[in-house]
Amino acid sequence: MFKLFASGLGGVVLATALTARAAPAPVTIKIDNFTFAPPALVIPAGTTVTWVNEDDVPHTAVADDHKTFRSKPMDTEDKYTFTFATPGVYPYFCSIHPHMTAKIIVKAS
Amino acid sequence: MTDAPDRRRFLECMAWAGTGVLWTVSGGVAASVSLDQALAAPARGKVKPFTFLQVSDSHIGFAKPANPDARATYREAVAKINAMPDKPDFIIHTGDVSQLSKDVEFDDADQILGEAGITTFHVPGEHDMLDEGQGKAFLDRYGKGSLGDGWYSFDHSGVHFVALINVKQLNAGGSGHLGDDQIGWLKSDLAGRSASQPIVVFTHVPLWALYPQWGWGTDDAEPAMALLRRFGSVTVLNGHIHQVQQKVEGNVTFHTARSTAFPQPAPGTPGASPGPMKVAAEQLRPSLGIRTVHVVNGAQPLALIDTPLA
Repeated sequence: MFKLFASGLGGVVLATALTARAAPAPVTIKIDNFTFAPPALVIPAGTTVTWVNEDDVPHTAVADDHKTFRSKPMDTEDKYTFTFATPGVYPYFCSIHPHMTAKIIVKAS
Repeated sequence: MTDAPDRRRFLECMAWAGTGVLWTVSGGVAASVSLDQALAAPARGKVKPFTFLQVSDSHIGFAKPANPDARATYREAVAKINAMPDKPDFIIHTGDVSQLSKDVEFDDADQILGEAGITTFHVPGEHDMLDEGQGKAFLDRYGKGSLGDGWYSFDHSGVHFVALINVKQLNAGGSGHLGDDQIGWLKSDLAGRSASQPIVVFTHVPLWALYPQWGWGTDDAEPAMALLRRFGSVTVLNGHIHQVQQKVEGNVTFHTARSTAFPQPAPGTPGASPGPMKVAAEQLRPSLGIRTVHVVNGAQPLALIDTPLA
């Protein structure tokens, strides 16, 4: 895609703009007191989300379908990062403590 | 404590941290709870009296403020087992052997509990499912001869013991989970057994809906309980919640055990979560539990020690 734009005059400017739009500011989700915060996060497509576990027990962040994304167990201060490229609603949970649920809503950018 | 302790010394030893719950089976009624209940238990006599021990939630590797050294308290629990004048026939560990399913944690747990020199049966907790293989490390170590995700059963002195796994493949928003395959196996395992045979079920997460808001229950326990209700004596033992809770439902009694590692809040405590609860240092060992039942003689009521440490 970049090649296509870069092939024309002024393409560099356009490509730069697209690059900026394709990489929105990263967002952090805190896991604290057995809660994902925020519980419902709205982000533009392409956002990189990082979960950080601030509890003193391990947690995970796993998509409800067990497939779309699945962190390893995060011990205290461990992190997991996933980039949401496709718009949609992504419910997820902690597979160790499944009563912990939250969701990410990805809007078209 | 390696010398044979006298009774007084034994009682002192029992008033320590992290000991398991000593379950006494006499005539099929596994009893722990209170002396009143123990005395009120009907006398039955078909089953040869024996004792076994339950330890739970050793969380080896845990080293956070709620207990900086879970190995130390586990050692203390084992020291208590070693101090018992009457050895239990076997030990059941109702899960969360480890904190993070690391080999070194399982190794240390085995080394510590091995000091008791008593056959131990295990079921995993959710903390034992955190390896790459999501429980493979645990099963490779403790699940030899088990079926499916690790379930098994055995008979001992007339009592049928069933080990159920309810920490595998948990679903969003749910609690513990048994799965259709395991329930199908349970049906065949119980089929044809006399309703008079005492049953002891042990698993990690409570089988009853103790506090589902914190995941303290098992989503699909009902079909399993439906298979168990025809028996005259069913005792369900579990860990997970790090405190003693009981429930009686017809012929079925449910008992949760204390942890040897750290306490957790009472279910639904406002502002709390189902995680480690930090208490004052001098309160840690009392929190880890002292409720122990010791059979003096199979033909007599149980001697029950239920004394706060401090």
